[in-house]
Parts: sequence; structure tokens; C-alpha cells
Amino acid sequence: MNELVLIVLLLGSLFTISALLIWVERRLLGHWQERYGPNRVGPGGILQSAADAIKLLAKEDWTPPFADKPVFVLAPAVVVSAVLLSFAVVPFTPSLIVADLNIGLLFVFALSSLSAYSIVLAGWASNSKYALIGGLRGSAQMFSYEVFMGLSVMGVVMLAGSFRLRDIVEAQQDLWFCIPQMIGAGIFFIAALAETHRLPFDIPEAEAELVAGYHTEYSGMKFGMFFLGEYLGIVLMSSLTVILFLGGWQGPWLPPLVWFWLKTFMVIMVFFLIRATLPRPRFDQLITFGWTVLLPASLLNLLVTAIIILTNGHDAL
Amino acid sequence: MMHDLPILDELRLRFGKDSAQIEETRDDIPTISTNKASVLPLLRFLKEDTDQPYRMLFDMTAIDERNRTTRPMDASNEFTAVYTLFSFDRNQDLRVKVPLASDDLLLPSITSIWPSANWYEREIWDMFGIRFNGHPYLRRLLMPKSWEGHPLRKDHPARATEMTPYELEEEDEQTEQDLLKFSPEEWGMQRTHDQVEYMFLNLGPAHTGTHGILRLVVQLAGEQIVDIVPDIGFHHRAAEKMGERQTWHTYIPYTDRIDYLGGVMNELPYLLAVERLAGIRVPARAQVIRVMLAELFRIASHLVWYGTFAQDVGQLSPVFYMFTDRERVFHIIEAITGGRMHPGWFRIGGVAHDLPQGWEHLVREFLEYLPPRLNEYDDLVLGNRIFQARTKGVGRYTTQEAMDWGVTGPGLRATGFSWDFRKTQPYSGYEQFDFEVPTATNGDCYDRGLVRVEEMRQSLRIIEQCLNQMPEGPTKADHALTTPPDKARTLHDIETLIQHFLAVSWGPRIPAGEVMAKVEATKGCNAYYLISDGAPWPYRVRIRTPSFPHIQMVPSISKGHLLSDLLAILGSVDFVLADVDR
Repeated sequence: MNELVLIVLLLGSLFTISALLIWVERRLLGHWQERYGPNRVGPGGILQSAADAIKLLAKEDWTPPFADKPVFVLAPAVVVSAVLLSFAVVPFTPSLIVADLNIGLLFVFALSSLSAYSIVLAGWASNSKYALIGGLRGSAQMFSYEVFMGLSVMGVVMLAGSFRLRDIVEAQQDLWFCIPQMIGAGIFFIAALAETHRLPFDIPEAEAELVAGYHTEYSGMKFGMFFLGEYLGIVLMSSLTVILFLGGWQGPWLPPLVWFWLKTFMVIMVFFLIRATLPRPRFDQLITFGWTVLLPASLLNLLVTAIIILTNGHDAL
Repeated sequence: MMHDLPILDELRLRFGKDSAQIEETRDDIPTISTNKASVLPLLRFLKEDTDQPYRMLFDMTAIDERNRTTRPMDASNEFTAVYTLFSFDRNQDLRVKVPLASDDLLLPSITSIWPSANWYEREIWDMFGIRFNGHPYLRRLLMPKSWEGHPLRKDHPARATEMTPYELEEEDEQTEQDLLKFSPEEWGMQRTHDQVEYMFLNLGPAHTGTHGILRLVVQLAGEQIVDIVPDIGFHHRAAEKMGERQTWHTYIPYTDRIDYLGGVMNELPYLLAVERLAGIRVPARAQVIRVMLAELFRIASHLVWYGTFAQDVGQLSPVFYMFTDRERVFHIIEAITGGRMHPGWFRIGGVAHDLPQGWEHLVREFLEYLPPRLNEYDDLVLGNRIFQARTKGVGRYTTQEAMDWGVTGPGLRATGFSWDFRKTQPYSGYEQFDFEVPTATNGDCYDRGLVRVEEMRQSLRIIEQCLNQMPEGPTKADHALTTPPDKARTLHDIETLIQHFLAVSWGPRIPAGEVMAKVEATKGCNAYYLISDGAPWPYRVRIRTPSFPHIQMVPSISKGHLLSDLLAILGSVDFVLADVDR
């Protein structure tokens, strides 16, 4: 019963947070780009996302006649549910956690692979050329970057000696893993950008060339689901960055939950700032960068970590 | 004077007197008239065999001569095809005319000599119904496939009210849509090759990356571009046809909207041509004001290009910074002209008003404001490693290819060839200004960007000189044919009143003749070829725009690149669809 309440609370707060994030990002982008951003709905425009949600819900729920209907409807649901399920294993505080699985990290990776399907399925089911190209790009990008993402956190797992996310946070009592696992943290963050397909890795969408990529044919709340999924994904990836490399809920004076969200928001801001700054690399450049730079770097990181642990034992770091 | 040109002797010697008859025109451009049989060898000789060859097919058009009253005595042909060539070595144009009879509208295609002739010949077929033998696919270019008649013929109506009201029935709509469907076979393209099935991706006419209503059908193998078929004409507004029914004066605002980012820059070549025909000398102050505004518009146009180019390669923010800067340019332009993008402010013989009080302050403020911003953009955009990876080595072409395709402006200078009509054929007093012509070496997307950014700095230099050395004096020529007529000379007696009334209601009658004037516009060389019949309106207005040949070249430089590169190429070419379609 207790868990059920927790789940409901978690769902509610996650939806609110990602809706607010959309507004925060748009306001920040506006600020950085010498314009206002949405500032009309509610105080400072804070209700903009609510207005957008109402608009999307009120729109005709239209499926293009040429689309593969069941898959077309399924695809946006996949991404949202996969991301939301991942939050089940995220330890917000030592006690605030829905399911404290001992394979927590693996569970997250499994689900994030699943969410890659939504892009492929959406691209395929839309039966449109732009969507197809977007879907193909998305699948190639996400499958490659998942490899480095997995490898980049293996160093953390070695240091913590566990896949359980709570153990990983507790292992950072003295030193956050972003110091010994500097390279791992860097690669993880890049892979996280690619996983959430945010600029500069928004190649599956690439509005300049592919109109809107895999979700070109989507409208109404089905499009809203993709949108929501993207922002939930940002929250998830930022939370993971905090848990794996920035000591999770740990910090002096303030309560653990506050620390957790404070750190997470910092990471989210970096996501936004990068979006405002960088251009988009070409698809092949991105994949080449992944396999020729990130893969060797993460393997090397893994090797060096393993050697140090083997020679000095766990306490060395 | 033009009879002594050595090239004319050479042509007469080689092709016989009849094949190269010299014709008098009001501009300095040597004009010869040849016949159908000689046109192909003659043009080939001019491009390939003569010393200091005419490398570029600068423009190609036709004239419907049937209603023209002021022609040389012996001319009786109904149509004339006009080829304008340009030699960089000689810094000289050459106009070759071919008279055609209306029952025999057929010419040999010169696409084997200049690839750029392809679209020009299609346009002439579309507009005049002149056929070209040996053209790979002679079909309509600007008008819809279902259009009946050839619009630039004199018997084609110029106003909608002269035609039956237009109605689109449901079945006609279906027919129109079917006509727009792309069929690869029609263009000699294969659907499969070596077990690769090509995808034909329809980019546009409404697409985020094409900067306007341009349709590109891209043949893709995976994401690699095999070929592209551009489909233009969606922005066609019959600007040339409208020229034939507007008075000399009332046509000025139409020119603003040809390259809609160039504003008064478009008015300049038109007015230079009109003033040449009328024999008007523009006073020094008006010339400098014109130069200053034209350079402000060059900066405004380049800023739009800069921001959208960055956006085409996925950079979100720069476009906002650059549009903010452009707003400051418009602030100055608004203070001076009252308008923003399309002020319509130059007049025959000068400009509409003198500069307002305090203009120096506005301009000086902007001159101090922009340079540090440009330096910042260098770091933000051009210096960005991802940006460089996206644009370096992409969409390359050589100087030779650029000349073959009729490329002018920054696109030509990016190949390392320093050519700027402001320097080589100064107009409107550009010879008095001290500025450099920036060039680059590789001719790729990045270099085209580099050249434009540097051009903005040079434009600032020119504006600064305008500011510091603005001459005193009148802003309009003291001439009977200027518009609007001088108010001080009217209302004295009935004669001056009638003069004034006619000059306002009809506008001036510009003396008969032919003139072409060209300027270094924002995108490249923009030229107006005007034919006057001595009437209050032009007999023929031909607008040679830079975007037209530039966009025609895109398929040839995109082949083998990836789909994402196409957007970088389109961004770097910097075209305006209204400038392509007119």
C-alpha cells in the first residue's frame, strides 16, 4: 500500500517536473537568445506547459491513413512507459525508492534500450520517408551510444562493487565518482545526450533536414507523449548522472531529497545550455566519433580502473 | 568607339560580316547580331577558342519585338534571342542577338557549351515559346505544367482582369496535383541500380530547410545523394511582365521585392539603367546616400544568411542574435527612409528625401556596435569545431566551375578568384571608396561563409567613409525626367502645370534604347536589362538575378554528399526564392 502511494506521488511529481522543465528550458533559451520566451500564461508564463497540454489534448486524435495503425499508436506509449519504469529503481533518498533492485543499473539500461524501439517503430509505422530516415538514424545512434553508455559506467560498478543504485551512492561517501571516473563521467554524459537525442545529438529529428524526423506524422497527444518522453528522459539521465557520479542524495546540511534535486537540476541546466550552444554534427560523424573515440576511451578507462583495483584493492580509491 | 573592339574584327573575320553585324545600343556593351546557323559555333568560339575568352554565360533571354515601334529600319523579325556573355579577362560583356521569325522559333541549344544555359533555355521556352534543339528536357520552368500560352509574349494578358476568372474545380485540383507528382523516368533517372533501390525524397516546396518555397526532389541511395531535380517557380510573381505595364517610376517598389532581403540594393541596378537611358547624372550626395543604404542592406542580408546558415547546421541561438542586429540596421533604415525591408526609396535621378537630422549619430552608433558582435560570432559559429566539420570540404567547386555555372558574388570569390563589380566596373561612385575584396581558397561551404562575414566588415568600412565624407548638395538630379518632378518648377503657368501633371500621372517618357546595368548585389551580380520604346513604361524588363544560376548549380555540387550536407550547401549558397523566380 505504501509503495502504491509512493508510485502515485512519483508519477505525479515526475509529470509536473517535466512539464515545468519545458517551460524552464524555453524561458532560459529565450534569455540566452536575447528574447523573452513564453511569459504570458500565468505568472512569468509558468502555466505555458499546461496550456500546451490542453491544446494537444483538445486536438483531433488523428492517425494518417497510410500509417500502420496499431504500431503507430503503440510507439509513443513505449517511450513514456519505458522511461517511467526506469524511475522505479532510482534512489531519490536512502529510503525513497520504489524497488531497490540489486540489478538496478542493468534494469535502467534494459529499459532505455526498449525506448529506442519507440523511435524505430514510430519511424517505421508512419510509412513516411522523413520518418523512416529519422527512425533509421535514431536506431543506429541509440544502439551505438548504448554500448558506450554501458561501458562508461562499468568503472563505477567496479568501484562500488554493485549494480544496486543505492550501493553506488553509498560508495561515494568520501569521494564522488566523478573524480576517479572522470573519463567515464564525460563519456556517460555524452552518451546521455545521445540517448535523449537532444541537440547536438538530435539527428533523428534534425528539423532542418528531416522536418521532425521519426515523429513527423504525429500530432495531438501522441506527439505530446514523445515530447513528454524526451523531457522525462532528460530527468532520468540527469538523475543517473547524479547517482553514478555526483554522490546522489549526499551532501551536508540540507535534506537528502533537496540535495538530489538540486544536483539533478544543475545537470539538466547543462543539457539546456548545450542545446543553446552547439550545432548538430552529421550523422556519420556522430557514429564515427562514437566508435573511434568514445569506445576506445571507455575501454581504456575500464582497463585502467581494473588494474588499479587489482593492484591496490578496493580501498585504494 | 565600340566598332574598334578587336573581338568584333575577329568575329567578322572568322564568321563573315553577315554573321556578326554590329548593333548600336545605349550602353557600352558591344552588341552583335548573328543568325541561327552561326550562333552555336560563334558562342563556342567566344567561350573556348578566342584569347581572353568569354567564360561566363551571364544572362540569356528573349524579346518579343512585335509591338516595338522604335527599331532599326531593316529589322523585321518578331522575336529576338539575347545571349549576354562576360569575359573576366577583358572585364567586358558581349551581347549576341539572334533574330527569329514567329513561324520558326527554333534555336540550337547551347547546354553543351554552358551547363547553366539549361534553365535559361527552359525559361525562354516557358515565357516565349522558343524551342531549343538538343536540350535534354525542354519543359516549363516557372509556370505550372498546365499553363496555356507563353506569358512574356505581348499577346498574353498581363492582368488577371484581362482573363476569365480563375476557378479551381475539384477535378482540376486533382489534375494539378497529379502533374506535380514526380516521375523519375521523366527525368531519365533510374529507380534501381546494381540492386540498390533509390529513395526519391520530396524536399519542399514547404520545408524547413529550403528557406522559401523551393522543391527539391532528391534521389537517395541510403542517405547519399545520387541526384537532385530542383523544381522552382512557386514564388514566381511575373515581375518582368509587370514591368511592361508599370510606369518607369512605379516599378521601383517592385524591384525591392525581387531579392527581398536586399531592399534598396535591387533598386540600384534598375535605376542605373533608367538613368543611363535618360542621360541623367546623379549628384554626388545622392550617390553616396545610395551607397550607404545599399551597404546597410548588404549587412542586413548577410546577417540573415549568417543566422540561418548556422541554424541549417543545427545551431539554435545565432539566428536570434543576428536578427537582433538586423533590427538595428532596420532602425537606421527606418529613420532614413520610413520603410524597413522594402523602402522603395530611391528615385529616378536620386533619392526621395535628404537624410534626416541626427542620422550621423545612428550610423556611428551602429558602426561601434557591430564589429565586436561580429568577432563574437566568429568564435560562436565559424570557430566552432562541429560547424567546421559540417561545412569544410562540403559543396566544393572551382573557379572554372563557378564561371561555367554563372556564379557571381561571394560564391565566386570563395573559390579564390577576386572579382567584385564594385571594384572592376565601379558604379554610383564606388571607385572613391577604400575597401578590400575578401576571398577564400577552397570554394566550400565554410569558405563561402568566411567571405560573407568579411564582406560585412568591409561594408562597415564603406559606411564609415560615407559617414565621414558625406558631400553636401542636392539629393536629386536637376533633370526633366526625374521622378517625382520638381515641385518648384510647377504652378507658374498652365504649361508648367500640365508638365507636372503628366510627369506625375504618366511619369516621364524615357528615350528609346537598350541598356543593361549591373551591380554587386548581396547574393551576387544583379542586372537589369531594360528596353525602352520611348513610352512612359518599359517595353521589356529583364532581371538577371544571382540566385537563379546559383540554385541551378546545387545538384552538381551536392552529388555524393549526404542529405545533411545538402542543407549546409543550400545555406551556404544563400539564395532567395523570390530572386530565383522573380
